[in-house]
Amino acid sequence: MADISRRRILSWTAMAPVAVATGVALGGASNFASGSGTLTQSELARRRIQRLHLPNVPLLTHEGKQVMFYDDLIKNKAVSLNFFFAKCDEVCPRVTANLAKVQKMLGDDVGTKLFMYSFTLKPEEDDVEAIRHYRQMFNAKPGWTFLTGKPEDMEKIRRGIGFSYPDPAIDKDKTQHIGNVRYGNEPLMLWGACPGMAKPGFVAESLSWMIHLDAPGPGIKRQA
Amino acid sequence: MYYNVFGEKVSRRRYKEMCEAAKNRRELIAAGLTSRRDLMKMGLLTAGGMLVAKSGLSARAQGLGSVSPASNGQNISAGTQQNCIPGNQTQSPVTTPFLDPLVVMPLTQRVSSLTPTPTLNPNVGAGEVRAAAFQAPGISLSRFPVVPSVLYNINQRQFTARQTADTRLPAQTLWGFDDGSGPRSPGPTYQAFYGTPQLTRNINSLPATNQVNNTGFGNPQVSTHLHNAHNPSESDGNPCDFYPSGHFCDQYYPNVLAGFNSTNPPNGDINESLSTLWYHDHRVDFTSQNTYKGLVGFYCLFNQLDTGNEGTGFHLPSFPQYDIPLAFSDKVYDPESGELVFDLFNLDGILGDKFLVNGKIQPFFQVSPRRYRFRLLDTGPSRFYEFFLTNLNNLNQAIPYWLIGTDGNLIPNPIQIQSVRIGPAERVDVIIDFTNLAGQTIYLENRLNQVNGQGPVAVDSQFFPQNSTSTECAALGVPVTAPNGQPNTNAILNAGQGNLILQFQVTGPKVPDNSVNPATNPTFYSLPSTNVDPRIVRTFKFDRLNGQWSINGQFMDCGYANGGTGGESTEMFRFTVQQNSVEQWLLTNLSGDWTHPVHIHLEEHQILSRNRVAPTVPADLGRKDVTQLHPNERVQLFFRFRDWLGKYPIHCHNVVHEDHAMMALWHVAAQGDNILVP
Repeated sequence: MADISRRRILSWTAMAPVAVATGVALGGASNFASGSGTLTQSELARRRIQRLHLPNVPLLTHEGKQVMFYDDLIKNKAVSLNFFFAKCDEVCPRVTANLAKVQKMLGDDVGTKLFMYSFTLKPEEDDVEAIRHYRQMFNAKPGWTFLTGKPEDMEKIRRGIGFSYPDPAIDKDKTQHIGNVRYGNEPLMLWGACPGMAKPGFVAESLSWMIHLDAPGPGIKRQA
Repeated sequence: MYYNVFGEKVSRRRYKEMCEAAKNRRELIAAGLTSRRDLMKMGLLTAGGMLVAKSGLSARAQGLGSVSPASNGQNISAGTQQNCIPGNQTQSPVTTPFLDPLVVMPLTQRVSSLTPTPTLNPNVGAGEVRAAAFQAPGISLSRFPVVPSVLYNINQRQFTARQTADTRLPAQTLWGFDDGSGPRSPGPTYQAFYGTPQLTRNINSLPATNQVNNTGFGNPQVSTHLHNAHNPSESDGNPCDFYPSGHFCDQYYPNVLAGFNSTNPPNGDINESLSTLWYHDHRVDFTSQNTYKGLVGFYCLFNQLDTGNEGTGFHLPSFPQYDIPLAFSDKVYDPESGELVFDLFNLDGILGDKFLVNGKIQPFFQVSPRRYRFRLLDTGPSRFYEFFLTNLNNLNQAIPYWLIGTDGNLIPNPIQIQSVRIGPAERVDVIIDFTNLAGQTIYLENRLNQVNGQGPVAVDSQFFPQNSTSTECAALGVPVTAPNGQPNTNAILNAGQGNLILQFQVTGPKVPDNSVNPATNPTFYSLPSTNVDPRIVRTFKFDRLNGQWSINGQFMDCGYANGGTGGESTEMFRFTVQQNSVEQWLLTNLSGDWTHPVHIHLEEHQILSRNRVAPTVPADLGRKDVTQLHPNERVQLFFRFRDWLGKYPIHCHNVVHEDHAMMALWHVAAQGDNILVP
């Protein structure tokens, strides 16, 4: 697949207001097609998903390393994404403990074929030290990275992957935060989600769909 | 504080503008007021082609003129996670409505044989993926031979097709069903008969999962469910039984009445006759994407009374000439490329701004001045409809029609209606009499006011007296407005202000009509008695826990099957129904805002009560397989589980909720359990 440079994406971004200002009133959006060149439909779709949902913002890992969300964590990978915060005492420990079991079940696939990411909802509290400590509490193994960053960047990721409520009042209440685990295979544009509180076996199964592409469903495998 | 999709702060004033603009624009488009002439007529378009800047038709254009943070027009997100914010919604390109004739799907073509020959047990060596042996031949090999006389060979394929003649949208990449005559979506319509078992070989010929040619959504692994069939579990199309490209599943459809091997041997209960069924992909977690991409079709089942011939039986309009299946869907297209897009990251429910019937955007249908039977199906993903007949030249003209079936089942007698409401996966069969409308143009109009995946903005007072407006708009004091600018907190918009979905041109030749006049009050089937004590009453609470859709606080579980290194094996069945027993299920929804269309496989149900009151709405009175569970409601359902064994789901058929785990598997066995809250 042709790789499109960040500069090229930025150039599309810059073009957008011009398109709107020159009166694309009902369409009302950026002039994406003129920047598309020879991209295939599939490549355009992948770009679109990145542009709308996977912002390339800088983050810090639990080891203090700086990474870019899209370029370094998502692009060309199979991944799982979820949110937590260190002082959360309801949802997060349950989901994180569940994911620890999931990582164990997936074994060596995690860190080689599939990468697990957990993002803090409270970057103002959760610095590198806090997320490293939190990660250790759950005995996370390599291949499962915890991340923090600037509040506005964490917010872009959260909204980008759809972990927000339609009601702003509920959305602000972090005790009600979305407990789902988003899973995906970025180059294949396969994206799904399952509850972080679901049975860990089924969460592991769901994540494995992103890497074992030719496996039949669990209902079939049970019969075998 | 208010945000757009990327977390950029926007002012309260701008947020309000965005809310207003979204609704204005959505309603204009939806009302079909998209041609230049229409817009000019309405005073919304100047001669120069610019839209009149009336109360914020384009919030983005306005925002650029103000000092709001630069979102650069890039902050468009497909779908409706923040539904009244256009900055978060993709808006399709303008298209001119009523350019395309309605497509009536052809009948599915049979084949004389299948190679390799179907086998009782899954033919694993040949690439078949099936959960278990066929059950029907085990009951009677003479009635249900392993290779029945009626066979179908169906390939599910990727193909391209235009969804409108308007060249502002390109041909779309879709998934559909190919019976040998070429792939199409909706797929070809099965014409099936009670007493004639049939077998469909469903071959997955979609692009392999590992090919980088996805068009942005869809998972090319399938499990095809025949919705509402009284089918054995191995052929039901269970969500956990999906298979990848290159494999097939033989699905055995016995076409037999419920009770044939239990309460009403040997042929079953005629009053359990099914009529309008549909088939669709059911791949767990990806059903919304795969059905949106096209994997849907009709299955019409006939018998000695509902014959498909207006000269015999119930004398219903003849199939397929005057008996027309209509599959409704709403979709979104990329504003620049015009490609079909899907909001992959939505948890709530997805609404489109283009309305399709049988795969075409806002088609027209030339009809003769006579009676027609229409089979209306809401294929979702998340929209509810309330269908009226509208004459734009006389908005006060009430055009009644006849309800004859709910969820594909004929009701005891026709009921005259002004409108009927259906939610995702529900069907209604109706008769429209065009005899006195000769020469006129009549629209099938959806007047239900729905702005997000929660369900209709105000739940009909018949069900629920409180108005529930769009929460995010209401929180800002922005009322849900009608296109005329007046506050409208009612569920039902005024005539001509809803979505004009299908145009009937009553200009066809005058032809004989030998179909029954519903006004003569013909009798169809009786409702099976519900005056039977249930073996057990089970309760199912539909709820949301931290953004996770749940049933009784638990989530969908297909069980663990060695995804990596092996590990726990969970029991995926939440409860066990006793074969040939009566149960009552109480569905409860305390969520406040959400309407869940709840579907149960295997057996139909009757609604005994809503909040302890017997149902009164016509569409609630028949046999059902999907029941709308409204906010703050408790619905009591009656079931007889008969004949077949094995695994089936209960789930929300807002497929976005379904894909986010609002589903539970149960099974039928000789001995049932006593779990009251599974």
